[in-house]
Amino acid sequence: MSVLLLGEVHNGHLATDAVARALSALASLDTRVDVLIMAGDGATAAQEASRLNGVARVLVAQDDALAHGLAEPAAALVVSLAPDYTHIAAASTAFSKNILPRVAALLDVMVITDVTAIRDAETFDRPVYAGNAIQTVTSTDPIRVLTIRTSVFQAVGQGEPAPVETVPPVADPVLSSWVEDMAVISERPELTAARVVVSGGRGVGSKEHFETIVRLADRMGAAVGASRAAVDLGYAPNDWQVGQTGKVVAPDLYLAVGISGAIQHLAGMKDSRVIVAINKDADAPIFRIADYALVGDLFTVVPELTAKL
Amino acid sequence: MKILVPVKRVIDYNVKVRVKTDGSGVDLSNVKMSINPFDEIAVEEAVRLKEKGIASEIVVVSIGVPQAKDILRTALAMGADRAILIDATADVNQDIEPLAVAKILATIAEQERPDLILAGKQAIDNDMNATGQMLAGLLGWGQATFASRIEVTEGSVLVTREVDGGLQTIRVRLPAVVTADLRLNEPRYVSLPNIMKAKKKPLDERTLASLGIDITPRLRATRTMEPPQRNAGARVASVDELIDRLKNEAGVI
Ligand SMILES: Cc1cc2nc3c(=O)[nH]c(=O)nc-3n(C[C@H](O)[C@H](O)[C@H](O)COP(=O)(O)OP(=O)(O)OC[C@H]3O[C@@H](n4cnc5c(N)ncnc54)[C@H](O)[C@@H]3O)c2cc1C
Ligand SMILES: Nc1ncnc2c1ncn2[C@@H]1O[C@H](COP(=O)(O)O)[C@@H](O)[C@H]1O
Repeated sequence: MSVLLLGEVHNGHLATDAVARALSALASLDTRVDVLIMAGDGATAAQEASRLNGVARVLVAQDDALAHGLAEPAAALVVSLAPDYTHIAAASTAFSKNILPRVAALLDVMVITDVTAIRDAETFDRPVYAGNAIQTVTSTDPIRVLTIRTSVFQAVGQGEPAPVETVPPVADPVLSSWVEDMAVISERPELTAARVVVSGGRGVGSKEHFETIVRLADRMGAAVGASRAAVDLGYAPNDWQVGQTGKVVAPDLYLAVGISGAIQHLAGMKDSRVIVAINKDADAPIFRIADYALVGDLFTVVPELTAKL
Repeated sequence: MKILVPVKRVIDYNVKVRVKTDGSGVDLSNVKMSINPFDEIAVEEAVRLKEKGIASEIVVVSIGVPQAKDILRTALAMGADRAILIDATADVNQDIEPLAVAKILATIAEQERPDLILAGKQAIDNDMNATGQMLAGLLGWGQATFASRIEVTEGSVLVTREVDGGLQTIRVRLPAVVTADLRLNEPRYVSLPNIMKAKKKPLDERTLASLGIDITPRLRATRTMEPPQRNAGARVASVDELIDRLKNEAGVI
């Protein structure tokens, strides 16, 4: 048994938190894990990956075609390495969800997305119906291709570096090409790694007013999240969306401000350790799962909270 | 240009699902079923491309129980031209796996030869987010997942994708598979006259046997459980009380 774990790279650096959490999920398999770095320049990311506990070997594939996470060349490369592995895994992110189902289809196996528990080498738990049910599935395939929901697992620590090896690129089928990234570079903690998340919803009312949420988040050293409604209305960027079809977070503290608590939103945050809801509607569904409920107008409550913290 | 849109019949997104106490699954008898919301967005996008004169024909396909005819009619009422139903099971509780769905869709794509397949990014029942990518892999086509903007140009499509760090734009050669995300568009309401008109549009019903594809699941669901429930906590009367409790009771700030 052996695992190939994709190590996602952003701006030359490893997405260390996501990879470290995926490694701790895989630890229960008690087998060797190789991390695969696919990048234009993967040298730094490979060094970063090599220091994570539980990594047996880092494989680096460097090619311009692999620089932007395009699915076709990445999937072709992963498939070329697949014969050596029983499991192919990655943290559940937009990057891996784009690539791994394609890999699975090329290997004629099913993909198992958003795994929340690894029970044994072929048995996994995953949420279905917006997290309203947890399904245990047993794979009958020879290779298991999975994406791991990182919010459920703690990150592994760092230690002695593992060896780094280069793997040859495979021919790019050139079906797609990268045009541009419109990435928002922010000093704030990453949403899926943050200890505290402050999220705003439709109740915030406008993009300008969303600054109130951002100020509170900055005051707390928190990441900023949003409901789908807040993103659809343009108050917040798409990558802040928390929920069934957005990001899944489980911070120590989650503050939901002006968010009603639709099941699709709860699917992305209900495993947070402590939930605070601020809403002017005393009957808002979010209060049914909140540890602390403050009924009030966010426009008075949030500035007061920001000032007093 | 011809567009194929796969649409899935799923539990309506407003319905609270009930997990059966014996762990065998979710109770789908007598619950409201609808077109998967992401597929409705995909149909809407196809119809807009037709209205702009870019698409010439829209074919919608569903794989599952015969009752999926209802959602195919919805898609026809939105503006699709014809529908194909693959009768794969009589059991409303049987979910057809993305790999099997992708194989069936690949066969239909070989027959229909669409220039573009526009799927949803995710079915809101199994939450798998896989079929479009699998289909593109099986066909050897390019793919653009999580689309929030699509622009069709000569021989290719320019797609803006919702990714973890923001947005990414890529160009994919046609034929291609694109999966729709929430911000791609806001689907129209279907009007009564269009619902009436849709009844006359062709709906071709085929059996799974006619395709000769094995849909035996690769994943065996052994148990379906309710997640741990959370209960309502305390009401706090003021910001001061909230800060005090977060500091001294919960210890999170
Ligand atoms: C396929 C699909 C996928 C979806 N995926 C997601 C997802 O990933 N994430 C997600 O969040 N949603 C998702 N949704 C949408 C979800 O169903 C809800 O529509 C959405 O979460 C509602 O956002 P909201 O709570 O901000 O808005 P609303 O439900 O409109 O709630 C606004 C709240 O603000 C409160 N409020 C208003 N003014 C004030 C004030 N001055 N002070 C205090 N409170 C105030 C109101 O009382 C209300 O409770 C999805 C829906 C579908 C169909
Ligand atoms: N049984 C089905 N019939 C038609 N289309 C489907 C079916 N299952 C999945 N799809 C398509 O694939 C997309 C992604 O589904 P999934 O991979 O199951 O999350 C959906 O939004 C549909 O467009």
